[in-house]
Amino acid sequence: MRREDPEIKGRPVTQGAAPVTATATQDEAVLQISDLSVTYGARVVLDQINLSIRRGELVGIIGPNGAGKSTLLRAIAGLLRPDRGTIRFARAHGGTPRASRAQAQLGYVPQRIEMDPDVPLRACDVVGLGFDGHRFGLSWPNALKRQAVDRALALVEASEFGQSLVGRLSGGQLQRILIAQALVSEPSILLLDEPLSSLDLRSADAVVSIVDRVAHQSGVSVLLVTHDMNPLLRAMDRIIYVVNGRAVIGSVDEVVRPEVLKSLYGYDVDVVRVRGRILVVGDEEYGDEANRFHHHAP
Amino acid sequence: MWHLLWPSGLLSFSFMQNAWMAGSAVAVVSAVVGFFVVLRGASFVAHAVPRGSFAGAAGAVLMGQSSLLGLGLFALLSSLGIALLGRRRRGAVATALVLVAALGLGDLFLSIGNVYAPEVFALLFGQVVGISRADVYFVGSLALAVVLVVAWLYRPLLMHSVSAEVAEVRGLRPVLLDGIFLLLVAAAATATVPVVGALLAFSLMVGPAAAASLLAKRPSTAVFLSIALALVSVWISLWLAYITSWPIGFYVSAWSLVAYLAVRLGQASRRGRTTLAQSDGALKTTTRGNFSG
Amino acid sequence: MGFWHVLWPTGLFSNAAVVTAFRIGSAVAVVNAVVGVFVVIRGQAFSGHALGDVGATGAAGAYLAGITALWGFLAAGFSSGMAIESLGHRVRERDVATGVVLAFMLGLSALFLYLISALTETSGAPIAILFGSLFTVAPGMTGYVLGLSLSALLLLGIIFRPLLFSSVTPDVARVRGVSPRLVGLLFMVSLVVAVEESALVVGALLSTALLIGPAAIATKLSRQPLTSMALAMAIGVFTTWLGIILAYDSFLWPPLNRGWPISFFITSLMLLSYLTVQIASGRQRRSNAATALTDFGNLSTEREAWW
Repeated sequence: MRREDPEIKGRPVTQGAAPVTATATQDEAVLQISDLSVTYGARVVLDQINLSIRRGELVGIIGPNGAGKSTLLRAIAGLLRPDRGTIRFARAHGGTPRASRAQAQLGYVPQRIEMDPDVPLRACDVVGLGFDGHRFGLSWPNALKRQAVDRALALVEASEFGQSLVGRLSGGQLQRILIAQALVSEPSILLLDEPLSSLDLRSADAVVSIVDRVAHQSGVSVLLVTHDMNPLLRAMDRIIYVVNGRAVIGSVDEVVRPEVLKSLYGYDVDVVRVRGRILVVGDEEYGDEANRFHHHAP
Repeated sequence: MWHLLWPSGLLSFSFMQNAWMAGSAVAVVSAVVGFFVVLRGASFVAHAVPRGSFAGAAGAVLMGQSSLLGLGLFALLSSLGIALLGRRRRGAVATALVLVAALGLGDLFLSIGNVYAPEVFALLFGQVVGISRADVYFVGSLALAVVLVVAWLYRPLLMHSVSAEVAEVRGLRPVLLDGIFLLLVAAAATATVPVVGALLAFSLMVGPAAAASLLAKRPSTAVFLSIALALVSVWISLWLAYITSWPIGFYVSAWSLVAYLAVRLGQASRRGRTTLAQSDGALKTTTRGNFSG
Repeated sequence: MGFWHVLWPTGLFSNAAVVTAFRIGSAVAVVNAVVGVFVVIRGQAFSGHALGDVGATGAAGAYLAGITALWGFLAAGFSSGMAIESLGHRVRERDVATGVVLAFMLGLSALFLYLISALTETSGAPIAILFGSLFTVAPGMTGYVLGLSLSALLLLGIIFRPLLFSSVTPDVARVRGVSPRLVGLLFMVSLVVAVEESALVVGALLSTALLIGPAAIATKLSRQPLTSMALAMAIGVFTTWLGIILAYDSFLWPPLNRGWPISFFITSLMLLSYLTVQIASGRQRRSNAATALTDFGNLSTEREAWW
């Protein structure tokens, strides 16, 4: 039934929730998603998503568990094939987003990986794989690669543990190394899958500072999946709110409003602001289902 | 025609009666332990412990002792070795090293003792028709002991196998449970090796349990389904081995593969598109599990 | 005399069988050490071992069919390797798939060996196939072994970086255009070649020992893949030489005076070295953990002050 909702159906989200940007995005968009749908068997995970991302903006992909956030990111990264719709990228030097994924420079940071503490790999070797790991043949040690790796390590403030064994890094350190691995290839779009989960407050804050710098100083567009928007509030330009496979994009003030979220959830929700934190709270009468998104609470 | 399919002596010869009884006991114990083997992804251990115990049997024959004694001792020693070396997610490497060390010893015993080859052949590939009534009692009581221990520790073992972390939080000691699991494998190996041989003991542990865990949705159903599949596979194998006089291990392992493949193919064709979608999720799992070796 | 006699027995290098053993043993040790490092990194020890065991089935089949054993080894290795690779995508699935394939191949070898002994009345064949011996390798095999070793190393050199990439962060590798499936399949090819050639000349048992042992020790001692490989090569070659020398020498040892098997020496040396390294690194890690704990203690006091 919800799919028939006239407010949502076929609405280009960029024009709905953020009408101001509708014309501007066409010029400076680096990523254009139109009519994207993904289904797993009978389950519709993403339903007719339309959105575009501008150069050098930091966008949080936010929503409750199982809403389709990671699926959206993985579809953009090319890790799964959508059933319908197109994803277009701008070339590195600009222009309208017409290029396919192969011509785009994508950096991808996976969810935390676990490694055996004895794997004979230093953190800088993992970063180096981002530089030339996709090439066949052996590589000779070269200054270009070393400089790129050092730069990437410095960018994420990981120079001091660059020589440590990667299997013995802490969660926050490993996360920074994975970001450096993505940055070393000088991407125009950086995709991060739940980079803040299972990090303590201090490490999460460090990661947010890094992506903030990457987006706003280096001009890389950053898309970041997270289930808690609060750590990102200070750095985020726009927000993609995903619920039940549908998405709205806009600034936090435009999107995180009861009437907008109500159209996504299909029932009343409240948005509560407490001491600079935003909580989305379900209506009491929906009981368990509403509780699903209490995760925004600290 | 009929007497080819039902030759005389299939049930009446006393050695065949022993084979039926020992084979059934072995099937039950392998299936029960095999359920946990599959759940924990520990096929290598299930292969290495019986195989390593072969060295002990060779050593026992060399010293003029009962081969069962050597089997049991070496099964115990290999599982202890794996338990001690294999912590910190290096299980497979430790298992490989313990296994080759045991086999190296076996090689030494064989060349020192100059053991008569057919006897070794029987240890490797099993000799189901050579089972005495005393062997049946031994195998039967060992199987009963294993089943009782599993029944007693079923819940902790299950929780530990599914998620070691959750089990630890609930106050279960992972080292202890790892040890108990390995001891169960050792006991199952000791019971199984004389019947189906050191090389194929693990095919009974892995095959039926693997097919059962794909089919069943609940753990307890998987255990019983795995027992049923193992019993059917042993009975059919015994019957075929008796008719053709080919080694029983061949039939047991062939049935394991056929059952597993049939279930895998059945699921793949039923799911179709779903499997594709899930394999994407599966790749994600691989990311995390890649170094679990 | 006494001690040196053990390490440098008289007539060591004038014995043709021993010289062949040194050559072939070294080639096998080198290729297995290099491939082994990736086996350990990727957690494929079970597959590596299974491929060695499976070779025996191929050998017995080749014996029955009357073709050269080498082709039997390679055919069995490739078919099993591809079956494992295509059945096992997830980690746990892979473990079970390896187990089921290995079980079937061993069952098949039981059948083949039974048929061999039933048809030809030779009973020693199974043992020779399962254990093998460096001293009984035909000198003519040297060329094959060198060629196969080189091609396995070459293939590994070509896929080195994408393989490492997709072993560490498979999703990132995919985004960058690497196909982890394809690279994994190519690695399986070089693994099959390495394992089967060594299973052929030194037996399934030693092939696992030389594949896993040196790599397991080396990865504990070094911090980079290439260093690990160099170290693993050194360990593998050294252990093999020591094993050959001891086995040659043991012809004079009691109680037999006809030689102890070489596999016994090599496997025991591997296990002992691994134990030593494990204990040493365990001790080191404990002291690291102690430092980390004190650090954490400092951090938490810092935090309390901050709060």
